Amino acid sequence: MYFEDAQIGFKADIGSHTFTADEIIAFASRWDPQPFHIDADAARESLFGGLCASGWHTACTWMRLNVDDLNQRTKDAAAAGGPTPKFGPSPGIFDLKWPRPVYVGDTITYSWEIVDRRESASRPEWGIVTYLAEGHNQNDDRVLSFHGRFFMGRRPIA
Amino acid sequence: MIGSTRKAFEDFTPGDSVVFHRTRVSKEDIVDFAADWDPQPMHLDEEAGKASILGGLTGSGWHMICLLMRGMCDGFLIDSTSAGSPGVDDVRWLRPLRPGDDLSIRYTVLDARVSNSRPGIGIVRFRFEMTNQNDETIMVVENPIMFGRRQHAEAAS
Repeated sequence: MYFEDAQIGFKADIGSHTFTADEIIAFASRWDPQPFHIDADAARESLFGGLCASGWHTACTWMRLNVDDLNQRTKDAAAAGGPTPKFGPSPGIFDLKWPRPVYVGDTITYSWEIVDRRESASRPEWGIVTYLAEGHNQNDDRVLSFHGRFFMGRRPIA
Repeated sequence: MIGSTRKAFEDFTPGDSVVFHRTRVSKEDIVDFAADWDPQPMHLDEEAGKASILGGLTGSGWHMICLLMRGMCDGFLIDSTSAGSPGVDDVRWLRPLRPGDDLSIRYTVLDARVSNSRPGIGIVRFRFEMTNQNDETIMVVENPIMFGRRQHAEAAS
């Protein structure tokens, strides 16, 4: 798969994850130890009203499922004898929103979709893909959205 | 009277610029993070890193974000009236995170305003810069954080 195959509107459903209290507390203890992410009593007293995941836990889970999905797609492409996709470093993400908290027991379903694409002006062997990443809970409420960009290898010129 | 000494909305003035955290990142830190959250070869394996565009083992961009988040917690957030963040405007990964990096993290206050809908809360918009030992900025993040206002916190305590 090359940049030329990555078309606007392509959507990947990359899987779901159910957040347990133990996981929420473990992630937050390491990376985001604010009381409402590590202490159920403190969380009840907070604006959130209950223990909820760090927003970065919600987002890192998207990344993990995304990488697992891309690894699988790469394996499938190799097994089918086609070209495996080549990715360059990501320049960043933007417009990230956490519209609702992720509470203990919530199941979040994740996806990404190509919303823009352009050829790199300075590096002709690369294209730049802009995607929209999303996570929705079991009630179909959005809990995460952001845009990001990545470099993808172009079809070699024969 | 913890409420009177914690950092509150009033303690952030546009133009403030403060290095609030320093941390060192080892190869093990980079590989451990990547194994959990971003298991791409260039974050897990020295040889795969050398073969990549960045020419060596590099940390995940998400690792940089998590290092920032932890630095914010230790640097000023835990001991504050923080009420969380509605989102992040922009994360730019400018240079790779490498094993052995000594990182400094700075905030600059871009603006600060009282919430229209919740007068007990103020919204502070920050630019965060993560810089390595060679004085190279490796990541810039801009995002708002909500803080309780001091007079309201004292009235409530």
